[in-house]
Amino acid sequence: MVETLEAAKNSPHYKTPVKPGHARGVAAGFWFNVGADSSAAAHVGEDGTVTVISGNPDIGGSRASLALMAAETLGVDYDKVRPVIADTSSIGFNFVTGGSRVTFATGLAVVNAVRDMIENLKGRAAKIWEVEPDAVIWENGYAKPASSNVGKFEPLSLAQLAAQAGKTGGPINGHAQLNAQGAGPGFGVHIVDLSVDRDTGIVTVERYTAAQDVGTAIHPSYVEGQLQGGVAQGVGWALNEEYIYDAKGRLQNAGFLDYRMPVASDLPMIETVLVEVPNPSHPYGVRGVGEVPIVPPMAAIGNAIARATEVRMLDLPMSPPRLSAALDAMAPKRAAE
Amino acid sequence: MAKVVLTYSFARQFAGGKTEHEVSGQSIRHLVRALDERFPGIGDRLNEDMAVAIDGVIHQNAFLEKIAPDSEVCFIPALQGG
Repeated sequence: MVETLEAAKNSPHYKTPVKPGHARGVAAGFWFNVGADSSAAAHVGEDGTVTVISGNPDIGGSRASLALMAAETLGVDYDKVRPVIADTSSIGFNFVTGGSRVTFATGLAVVNAVRDMIENLKGRAAKIWEVEPDAVIWENGYAKPASSNVGKFEPLSLAQLAAQAGKTGGPINGHAQLNAQGAGPGFGVHIVDLSVDRDTGIVTVERYTAAQDVGTAIHPSYVEGQLQGGVAQGVGWALNEEYIYDAKGRLQNAGFLDYRMPVASDLPMIETVLVEVPNPSHPYGVRGVGEVPIVPPMAAIGNAIARATEVRMLDLPMSPPRLSAALDAMAPKRAAE
Repeated sequence: MAKVVLTYSFARQFAGGKTEHEVSGQSIRHLVRALDERFPGIGDRLNEDMAVAIDGVIHQNAFLEKIAPDSEVCFIPALQGG
């Protein structure tokens, strides 16, 4: 939390004076993040490429992140790893695909599956060299003798081991299943500059920065996208999104033409500050990212509106009709002053 | 013994309003069993409705998690998320 507050304080946005006609709001938020059940498998193809199989649909770049962690664990290039998303009957149960658990928990399952496969690979090298399995180490994508005492053997690559798999015990696979604990909380500090049209109650978001403790950013641009997506949803929640019913309880805005969500033209470029505080419960320091950024926007925007108008909005959304009504209610008091 | 902290509503319902308890046990499973012997009926509710923070780290499924003799164990309402 402290690191994230400091990062927000040192951001270009916070250091820039507020423009005339704009108002600034700041808010901090928290989400504990989630681990839970995940299954994963890995296998070596006969050409030495690796397939990593997991069960959570890719809704925010998780395939790339899982492939990166598998490549790092194996010590091979990222382009040698092919991530595949399978269904429950193929790979086993995976808990929900949400905003914060897949790269953490399924990532942990992938790392463990690859480690399981590496043990298998070391065993195959041991058979080829006729040594004990613990006399073999895995380093930078190769099986190597653990020391010179083991004997003089040329390192064996994934492709070389795969080529001899049939002679040494069959396909080379790894598997893991777990209930991941220690998801590691995430903190976000958001800064918003906005302007308010006092006649209509329309709020325009002029500038927005989200600073967040993201653990290790395995794929930084996807992490940035998670923050931007969360902010966009948070801005919609703050300013527009609501179900509107008539007097008979019938929903009046059942379609996306009438259910007002922010679109690209409603938003500025959302600036991000990735604060990397590794999660000690994950081998690569991963913590959930996608849920934290929807927590602070409402408070940040509410604070900015209060500063702009001296009206403290207490209900969401702070939509044009509501804000306009609140400003009208304030008008006699302002006139008296 | 670990220090176990219950929410006010659980404490009122099962433990005479006392929120903090000293309990022996090597894992969450043992703590819950010991609490259920002391306050009959609390065990099922703790297992089904609560998440656990062990020394400040939140666990969603802490059944087998180990407990140190000086651990602080807080049972907190489980929230769904993902």
